[in-house]
Amino acid sequence: MPERSDTPILKFEDVTVAFDGEPALENVSFEAYEGESRVILGAAGSGKTVLLKAALGLVKPESGRICAFGNDLTAMREGELSDIRAKMGMLFQESALFDSLNIEENVAYPLLNQRSIHCPREQVHPRVVEALDFVELGETLEKFPSELSGGMRRRAAIARAVVTAPPLMLYDSPTAGLDPITAHTIMALVIKERDTARTTTLMVTHRFQDGNVMANFRYNSEQGRLELARNGEALHTTFMVLREGRLIFEGGQDRLEASEDPYISRFVKHRE
Amino acid sequence: MLDLLKEPVLAVQEFFLLAGGALRNIFRKPHYGDDIALQMDAIGVGSLPIVVAIGFFSGAVMALQMAAALAQYGQVGRTGMIVSLTLVRELGPVLTAVMVAGRNASGIASELGSMKVTEQIDAMRALGTDPVQKLVTPRLLATGFMLPLLTIIADFVGMVGGWLIGVMYLNLTTRQYWSSAWRALEWWKDVTQGLAKPVVFAVVVALIGCFYGLRTTGGTQGVGRATTQAMVAATILIFVLDLMITKIFV
Repeated sequence: MPERSDTPILKFEDVTVAFDGEPALENVSFEAYEGESRVILGAAGSGKTVLLKAALGLVKPESGRICAFGNDLTAMREGELSDIRAKMGMLFQESALFDSLNIEENVAYPLLNQRSIHCPREQVHPRVVEALDFVELGETLEKFPSELSGGMRRRAAIARAVVTAPPLMLYDSPTAGLDPITAHTIMALVIKERDTARTTTLMVTHRFQDGNVMANFRYNSEQGRLELARNGEALHTTFMVLREGRLIFEGGQDRLEASEDPYISRFVKHRE
Repeated sequence: MLDLLKEPVLAVQEFFLLAGGALRNIFRKPHYGDDIALQMDAIGVGSLPIVVAIGFFSGAVMALQMAAALAQYGQVGRTGMIVSLTLVRELGPVLTAVMVAGRNASGIASELGSMKVTEQIDAMRALGTDPVQKLVTPRLLATGFMLPLLTIIADFVGMVGGWLIGVMYLNLTTRQYWSSAWRALEWWKDVTQGLAKPVVFAVVVALIGCFYGLRTTGGTQGVGRATTQAMVAATILIFVLDLMITKIFV
């Protein structure tokens, strides 16, 4: 893992986001540094997805400041956010693949549409194939999203998110609604991307098990599978817990597991 | 009271912001030519059969109804004039727009609504594309180009319907019908009016469909609601704007 840099790659300062007067996030503050992994736990409706969308500048906060890569997103207009968004890869909860495009076109989309990604036309196809091979979906180029299973759609969406090699990856409930085997495959890909591309990772989930894998496993590129991190190997994983829009916990796994807060311990106890 | 008004006022403001953005994007890069062509095919070619059918039967019915009225004054020979004026000024533009609203305003709302609830609109923004530029402007341009063309076709087919009735049931000659129909039309009062209306209606149909689609919430139920709302709002606006445009020309 790279050494922790002094300036945060993503910073929330007292951020409040509200919809129709109802706060979805309330006074949330945290900093994520390069190479760090953050696991954001919370029940449904606790503001996890809103937090990720705010980090991308897709929702504007009522108050507070969000800085990504040293830029204040809250002071930028929609048109100016494009270059910052090009440095972030996002896996949406329901994959959000474009129905009308096939998998090749979906994965090629950011390469062709992100203004700051100057990808020559002749390199688009090889990069798409490389990204799809990364998620082991190399044979699905011509297929449409509706022809794939839920797990395959999630993998294709990961390929679309990583094809531009963004330094910051945001995952919105990557294993939600998947069977345990497919969920493990998806988590293996999340960790593979983190460890091979050295990306900073924010992962929203309601499953403690996903956070446990993120905090304790590393990708062995020689054997092509996950393995338990060696004692003392720094994986820089921080857990955050959201409750009704408020950040009620931030810290390491030990502290999380030791917490006596009934809301927090519910996540830890319900490990699969 | 103020709270009750707040939501509709905000919706109107949102609609005009969307309309402004879509119109501004016509002159801004990037231009999505493929999407415009695709929408022209869906809106124009796709609506052609229904527009031809509606136009034909409207013209035929108008000829029958008007001939019965004109017979009281011994003016059956003027049936062509009445049919062409009614079609070019009113029935052609309004019926075509209502048909296209039923087919396309609702279609656009359901397509964009589905994209909204499955986060595809958010994904589009996250991947560096302005959804208004990519989705709204092509639909606006395609409808703006195709609806006047469809109206011209509906007008002509309607006149053909009237002609068939005239020749088959009213003992009119072909020359009598068409010369009466052609001479009745004035450039400013009739033709300009008949072409201005579909341009305005096209803006309404496309933007109302996009507006309701892009503000869809609440899953598949929300998509259904947006579809119905778009269809109803577009139809009502077509009739309201028809009255306003007619007042300018008459």
